Amino acid sequence: MTGTMAAVGAGLAVIGAGLGIGRIGGSAMDAIARQPEAYSKIQLAMIIAAALVEGAALFAIVVALIAKA
Amino acid sequence: MSAREGAASDKDTTAFDASSFILDHIADSHEWHILTKKNGEGVAIYLPVILYSKEKGLNIFSSRKLADGREYKGYKVVEQESDLKGKIVSVNEAGEIDAKNLPLDFSMTKTVIGMLAAALIGMWLFISLSRSYKKTGISQPKGIQSFLEPAVLFVRDDIAIPNIGEHHYEKYMPYLLSVFFFILINNVMGLIPFPPPFGANVTGNIALTFVLAACTFFITQFSGNKTYWKHIFAAPGVPFWLLPIMIPVEIIGLFSKPFALMIRLFANITAGHIIVLSLICLIFIFDSLSIAPVSIFFVIFMDCLELLVAFLQAYIFTLLSSLFIGMAMPEEHH
Repeated sequence: MTGTMAAVGAGLAVIGAGLGIGRIGGSAMDAIARQPEAYSKIQLAMIIAAALVEGAALFAIVVALIAKA
Repeated sequence: MSAREGAASDKDTTAFDASSFILDHIADSHEWHILTKKNGEGVAIYLPVILYSKEKGLNIFSSRKLADGREYKGYKVVEQESDLKGKIVSVNEAGEIDAKNLPLDFSMTKTVIGMLAAALIGMWLFISLSRSYKKTGISQPKGIQSFLEPAVLFVRDDIAIPNIGEHHYEKYMPYLLSVFFFILINNVMGLIPFPPPFGANVTGNIALTFVLAACTFFITQFSGNKTYWKHIFAAPGVPFWLLPIMIPVEIIGLFSKPFALMIRLFANITAGHIIVLSLICLIFIFDSLSIAPVSIFFVIFMDCLELLVAFLQAYIFTLLSSLFIGMAMPEEHH
């Protein structure tokens, strides 16, 4: 039972990460459309923000792995 | 499947256990497993086991003596599912495990060998870099310089100077460069499956990331100036009756930032390895070769993503370390 709940918890966390990174990507694309010259700066900021959001989702994965074991 | 009447089938009839296969590949171990022959024997490089216990003193021997659950000099690897699984414990003559006095285990395990190999590769790269600078002086970069110089300048100009400031950044450059290249080389080495010093899951080991985060933590605290400590214990503008709440919150914030560094690196790298291993396990779960092209295609795609994650996590760890160091030396506002 704990294994299933851990998997469900990990899945829920990934929903949050997907929403977050999707919004980051969307805003980045809007910004690039407005000002194509700033493309590389915007891309760098987007990648950094995406890595930080993914870090938060991976916290949840680690908790799920601990809860399962 | 060939028809072999009358002969016992030597095909393994138990179902393929993907999760223990994956966890065994990610976890540390005392031997470097290369392959398992058909008759169940394993081909592995047996790494040295170094144990110290108060009763038996220092013992150094090859882990082959402990392979397959054998007992040697009163030591045994625990195989049953328990808290001590995989650890080396002392057993007395009756075979009882002494669970209270575990020996100190300083063995050269897979992770240690991988980490030392990465350190040697890093040292070779940078010592040859400095030697080539000594020969040619400061001039047009050639050879290894043209590969490493942009990386070093990137760490200086985009990570150290913006976050730490131009007056103090030089003291911290050795640490930031070391941490960046150590994490990067270890991440990339974990992606290459063999030959043996590659393919060890070094940065996916939480003890290692704990040490790196602890290094950042201590460097940050030792470089704090008076304004920094004042902000933690008596932040300006906070009414005194809020201080009993603010001080614990600030102290928790002090520890939670390196903690996040530790978990982020560990989880990213381990999750990447788990995904690649699961995709390869698909072939064994479906038990047919026709799934192999799909699986290999996905594995190549995930490996490219993992390469990006390797660089990105090294960059983020260094960036956040330099950010915390910079935040420990704030300027006076008034």
